[in-house]
Amino acid sequence: MGLNLRDASFEGWRRENGRMGVRNHVIILPVDDLSNAAAEAVANNIKGALAIPHAYGRLQFGADLELHFRTLIGTGTNPNVAGVIVIGIEPGWTGRIVEGIAKSGKPVEGFAIEQNGDINTIASASRAAYRLVKHASKLKKTRAPLVELWVSTKCGESDTTSGLASCPTVGNSYDKLWANGNTLVFGETTELTGGEHLVAARCKTPEIRAQFQAMFDRYQRVVEANKTNDLSDSQPTKGNIEGGLTTIEEKALGNITKIGKKCTVDGVLDKAEVPTHSGLWFMDSSSAAAEMVTLCAASGFAVHTFPTGQGNVIGNPILPVIKLTANPRTQRTMSEHIDVDVTGLLQKQMNMDEAGEALLDCILRTAEGELTAAELLGHREFSLTRLYESA
Amino acid sequence: MTIHFVVHDEGDSVGVVVVEGLKAGTSLNGWIMDQDRMMAFDAKSDIPIGHKLAIRPIAKGDTIMKYGVDIGRAVADIGAGEHLHVHNVKTKRW
Repeated sequence: MGLNLRDASFEGWRRENGRMGVRNHVIILPVDDLSNAAAEAVANNIKGALAIPHAYGRLQFGADLELHFRTLIGTGTNPNVAGVIVIGIEPGWTGRIVEGIAKSGKPVEGFAIEQNGDINTIASASRAAYRLVKHASKLKKTRAPLVELWVSTKCGESDTTSGLASCPTVGNSYDKLWANGNTLVFGETTELTGGEHLVAARCKTPEIRAQFQAMFDRYQRVVEANKTNDLSDSQPTKGNIEGGLTTIEEKALGNITKIGKKCTVDGVLDKAEVPTHSGLWFMDSSSAAAEMVTLCAASGFAVHTFPTGQGNVIGNPILPVIKLTANPRTQRTMSEHIDVDVTGLLQKQMNMDEAGEALLDCILRTAEGELTAAELLGHREFSLTRLYESA
Repeated sequence: MTIHFVVHDEGDSVGVVVVEGLKAGTSLNGWIMDQDRMMAFDAKSDIPIGHKLAIRPIAKGDTIMKYGVDIGRAVADIGAGEHLHVHNVKTKRW
């Protein structure tokens, strides 16, 4: 094996809470849809500040509201973020998100629009963003061992080549990172349907297996309660079917190859929860790409691996998304979206260990600052998961 | 030698076409990945890249195996070398 993971390291930014980040973003985070305009104006005023607009944050309640707070606080706390400006329509919920992020020790300031108006809010928040970007630009990078890099995965626009080659490539790299002691996550609860017994068998303890099974069964009940047919218009997606995937079972079995052959499932997470120890975590999540990747970022992951068959183009505002494909047509027609080409696997021109190493090499280069295809093309999909209607 | 289709496991019912523009009548080279063994086959349908062909005769109602695991049931008879997809196979879930 070429790459010695124990000796591998990367240069990134060590944050106040000890975590290592690989990007140095200053983000302007709206609490709610109403504050998007002010957030985008601040990001327009101050170069190097990044607004993260989204569609929600009003009249949510209960578990759905808790998830909203957890996702926004997690996004601000992510180690790829150097500082945060929070803007909300009113000060209550704004302050709650500021306090949540401040617990990490990270610089964060909040601004509320009511009784100030957009223009005064934008002026005050722009001055704060100016200071934060200046501060972030002065932070020095430090070297850390690879074990400190948190890596997430989710596949999308999958086809049969995903299960044959690009998902097993992630699995090969996951096996190696897991043995190295890294913190890893996978999810996509309904997309395990037909292979859930294989994931259950990989759970480290009977307790974890029971927690996983309860999460899986709950999601099945959501599908059963709301479906109008066998979901064959949604899961597999039209893109999956175009790519040759026929049933959810077939799609799931390909998906599951992302967790390799050796890793155990060492814990389960609710959406946007932060892992409390190293190892491989299962996060109960949607299988929609932008929602899942947004949740991985909110859980604190620093680099994401994304196998695609037909060519999903996704990125994230703060989490670099590395895409790999084994489909020669996708590589031929959409190469600007692909970071790691593993098409050689299907012609026996490379073996799985070589593919896994190529991905690990790309993970390390990305951690060192090399931009991903999604970053170069400006893909910043930020999609909040909702549990039910607003009040 | 070009590999035209790939089979996960020798017990599977299907292989996946991994080349573009495959036409009926083409003599195919197949690679069985888990056992690292080759097999030869003739395509009976035009099959797009990523889509599956049956590598043995399948009767209506049969379980389709891929990865050595059940991926659904045939809703029509499917001849060896024919295109196998949503028109002749359905999920057993949901």
